[in-house]
Amino acid sequence: MSKVLMKGNEAMALAAIKGGADAFFGYPITPQNELPEYLSHHMPANDRVFVQAESEVAAINMVYGAGGAGARVLTSSSSPGIALKQEGISYLAGSEIPCVIINVMRGGPGLGGIQPSQSDYNQITRGGGNGDYKVLSFAPENLQEAVDLIKESFPLADHYRNPVMVAVDGLLGQMMEPITLEETEKTQAAGKKEWAADGGYGERGYRNRIASLYLDPYKLEEHNLKLKGKYDEMREKEQRYEMIETEDADIVFVAYGTMARVARNAVQMLREEGVKVGMIRPISLFPFPKKAFEALPERTHSLITLEMSLGQMHQDVQIINNGRYKLDFFGRTGGVVPEPEEIVEHVRAALKEDA
Amino acid sequence: MNTKTVYRPQAGLTEREYHYCPGCTHGIIHNLVGEVLKERGLIESSVGVASVGCSVMAYEYFDCDMHQAAHGRAPAVATGIKRVRPESTVFTYQGDGDLASIGLAEAVHAAHRGENITIIFVNNAIYGMTGGQMAPTTLLGQQTTTSPHGREKAQAGEPLRVCELLSNVPGATYLERVSVHDPKHVRKAKKALQKAFDIQSGKQGFTLIEFISTCPINWGMEPKDSLDWAVENMIPYYPLGVYKDMTKEDDDA
Repeated sequence: MSKVLMKGNEAMALAAIKGGADAFFGYPITPQNELPEYLSHHMPANDRVFVQAESEVAAINMVYGAGGAGARVLTSSSSPGIALKQEGISYLAGSEIPCVIINVMRGGPGLGGIQPSQSDYNQITRGGGNGDYKVLSFAPENLQEAVDLIKESFPLADHYRNPVMVAVDGLLGQMMEPITLEETEKTQAAGKKEWAADGGYGERGYRNRIASLYLDPYKLEEHNLKLKGKYDEMREKEQRYEMIETEDADIVFVAYGTMARVARNAVQMLREEGVKVGMIRPISLFPFPKKAFEALPERTHSLITLEMSLGQMHQDVQIINNGRYKLDFFGRTGGVVPEPEEIVEHVRAALKEDA
Repeated sequence: MNTKTVYRPQAGLTEREYHYCPGCTHGIIHNLVGEVLKERGLIESSVGVASVGCSVMAYEYFDCDMHQAAHGRAPAVATGIKRVRPESTVFTYQGDGDLASIGLAEAVHAAHRGENITIIFVNNAIYGMTGGQMAPTTLLGQQTTTSPHGREKAQAGEPLRVCELLSNVPGATYLERVSVHDPKHVRKAKKALQKAFDIQSGKQGFTLIEFISTCPINWGMEPKDSLDWAVENMIPYYPLGVYKDMTKEDDDA
C-alpha cells in the first residue's frame, strides 16, 4: 500500500482492521467518533463484528466476553468514557484477557471539554479500576506511529494476555497526515487460543473458565504475583522512547504525544539561540521508559517535563530523577495546546533565574 | 456387598459441591438448566456467564465453558461472546439484584438488540449473597436489612416486574415466568427452558426465563415455609406465564 492521506481517527480504525481486529464494541464520544463511524461500515464489509453498545460500561464488557471467547477485540473512547470503562479493564487484566483500547484524550475533570489534552496520564498508567494491575500503554506522536502501534498492539495483547492501550489526544484524532499501512496476517492465522471460553469444550476435551475471583487470599496473592511477572516482563521488554538531540544537551525536555511535536520546534528554536536542549520522548507510558534517562550524557543538568496537563507524567520523572537533575515543569491544561514560543519563553525565564 | 446409588451428579453439571444455602432453589434451577443443555446436545458447545451475587460461583457448577462477569454486566459479556462465536449456545445466570438493579440497562439492551442469547433470571426478592438487603423486586412490606420496617412504596417504590417490563421491548423473542415450588411447576419450568434454548438454536433471538426462587436464610424461614411464602406472596405479584412469544406470531404469519 502506498501513502494515503487520512484523518487520524479513520487511520487508526483502518489500522485495527489491518491488525486483525475481529470485533469492535464502542459507544459514541467526541473527539473519537470518526473511528466507530469508519468501523461501522468497514468491519461488516470485512466479515468482522461491529456493535454500538448501549454504554461505555457495556462496550468494555462486550470486549471482555468476545476477548474471553478468543477473538481479537478493539474498543475506543475518550477520557470520560475511559473512566467508565475502568471496571471492565480491571476485570480484563484480572482474568488475563487481551484487548486493544484506543483513547483519544480530551480535557477534564468531569465532562471537561472536547479539546486535546493529556490529563489522563494517571488514569492510563495508574489505572482507575481496582486491584494490582497494569495496562501496557503507548502514546504515539504522529499518525504513522499511531497506526503502527495499533497493529502491533494486537499480538502484544495476545502475548501478555492483557489489555493494551494506545493513547492519543484529540489533535491526533482530528488531524490529517499521510500514512502507509502494510497488510498483516489476519487473526485466525495466529492460532486458536487454548484458554478461551468459546464453546469448544467438545473438541477440546476440557472446560475453560474466564474469571478473576479468588476467594482464598493466598491464591489471589499467587495470581497477583503471576500478573506482576508479566508487568515485569513489560518493564524489561517494552520500554519505548525516542532520544532527540540529547548527545550534547544541557537541558532535556520530557514530552510525549502532541506535546512532543510542539516541543520539537522549541528544541530547534532554543538551539538556534545557542541553548543546548534535547528531548526524551516516551512512547510507552507504562512501562515508563527509565532506560532513556540512563542514556543521558554527563553534561545534562536539568529536566523539564512538558505536558498538556498540570503535571502527571512529571511524577514519574520525579521518581526516576532521584535527586540527580534539577527538575522543572511546564504545562497547559483544559484543552489548550501551547505554542513552541511559550516553551522557549519558559526556558529563557528559567535560565535568567539561574543566572 | 450391596451398594445403592444415593447420589450422582446431575446431567450438565460438574461434581463440585454447591455453596448454596440449604433449601434454596438455586440447586433445582441449576439441575434444570444443565439437564436441558445436556438433553439437547448443547452442553459441550455452550458458554455460560455467571453474574455477581449468590450465583457468582455458577462457573464452577455448569459443565461447559464459563465466563464470570462483573455485577450486572452478564448480558453485555454474553453479547460479546455470541457475536464472535455465533454457533455456541450462550446463556447468563443472574439474580434479581444483578439483573433488575445494577444490570437493568444491559438486560434491556440485550433484549432490545435481539441478541440470540438466553437469560436465566432468578428472582428471590432479596440480595442473598450480601446478607439480605432490599432488591428492586422486594415486595411491599417485606422486611430486609435495608428495609427493616418493611418496604414502603413512598420510600423505595413498588417492586419491579422484569418480564412485564421486557415484554414492551420490541427485540425480545420469548419471555416466561416460572416457579419451582413443586414437581408440577418444576416440569413446567423445564419446558420453558427447552423452549428458550430451542429458540436460540433456531437463531430466533432473545429469550429470558424468570424463576420465582426462595431465600430461606435471608427471609428467616424454614425451606418449606419459604416455598409456601413464595406461592402466597410472590406469585400473586409476579404471575407465572408466558409474557411474550414472537415465535407464535411467526407461526401465525
